[in-house]
Amino acid sequence: MTIANEGSSIMADDHTHNEPPSDTAMRVKALETLLTEKGLLDPAAIDALVETYETRIGPRNGARVVARAWTDPDYRQRLLEDGTKAIAELGFSGVQGEDMVVVENTGDVHNMVVCTLCSCYPWPTLGLPPIWFKSAPYRARAVIDPRGVLKEFGVELSEDVELRVWDSNAELRYLVLPQRPAGTEGMSEDELAELVSRDSMIGTALADAPAG
Amino acid sequence: MNGIHDMGGMQCMGPIEREENEPAFHETWEGRVFGMFFTNFAEGHFNVDMFRHGIERMGPAEYLETSYYEHWLHSFETLLVERGVLAEGELEEKIASLREAGG
Repeated sequence: MTIANEGSSIMADDHTHNEPPSDTAMRVKALETLLTEKGLLDPAAIDALVETYETRIGPRNGARVVARAWTDPDYRQRLLEDGTKAIAELGFSGVQGEDMVVVENTGDVHNMVVCTLCSCYPWPTLGLPPIWFKSAPYRARAVIDPRGVLKEFGVELSEDVELRVWDSNAELRYLVLPQRPAGTEGMSEDELAELVSRDSMIGTALADAPAG
Repeated sequence: MNGIHDMGGMQCMGPIEREENEPAFHETWEGRVFGMFFTNFAEGHFNVDMFRHGIERMGPAEYLETSYYEHWLHSFETLLVERGVLAEGELEEKIASLREAGG
């Protein structure tokens, strides 16, 4: 995964940058420098955290959970009963995933997730939230016009499908278990995981249809 | 607590803008702020509720005009001063000295 190249030289190498850092970048650098000088922060720890969330923690983790639930009915049952525990079975746990609730889409019910108060999001299974999830328009509208929001995301729900909107909070995080697409009967767990997008686990998309 | 952060149902916030293939961090400084979330907690400077409250106490205009990780930075600054980890004005002094040294 690439990071924004613009500005990446600011922190990494003070001698090669061509433009002065932005005010915010400078504030952050000053804060990090102060805390480091006080012995309260190890920059290497931050390097490691950034790398972890750029390369190892993301929606592919959640896709593994969904694919397992689609192929293993016992696992699906455990997942719906105790999301945190069942997700940890696959090795995904930790900060911002301490209390997970998995909500299942069916032919009658569609679930979508928002955090109106800030941007609470299940990091271990989905990584860090996309900008739109953190944006004022999504946070405001997801609870007052969820069908309209879904339409913008390309999901047209039939009027007789019940739509449930889950508002995350500081402790509790939701993962949507999307419906398994038709025509995937013979597919392996790995192949199925490829059909599970980030947005399908937020509930603003359906799982992808198999190719061809 | 009522406040600008309580956005559910607010109207006229504009369109939802999405970005394809979004990186985890758009700027290097965002990753540094993100990492400080862990190191500040590990040092016991504050807990997650205090951290959120630090964001929720932001003025409405500033809250709306700044990004997610700027909210985090704001809360860190507020709490670190309130907890006595940083002295009032210490951060500004460091910024000035870094600028003097060539950024």
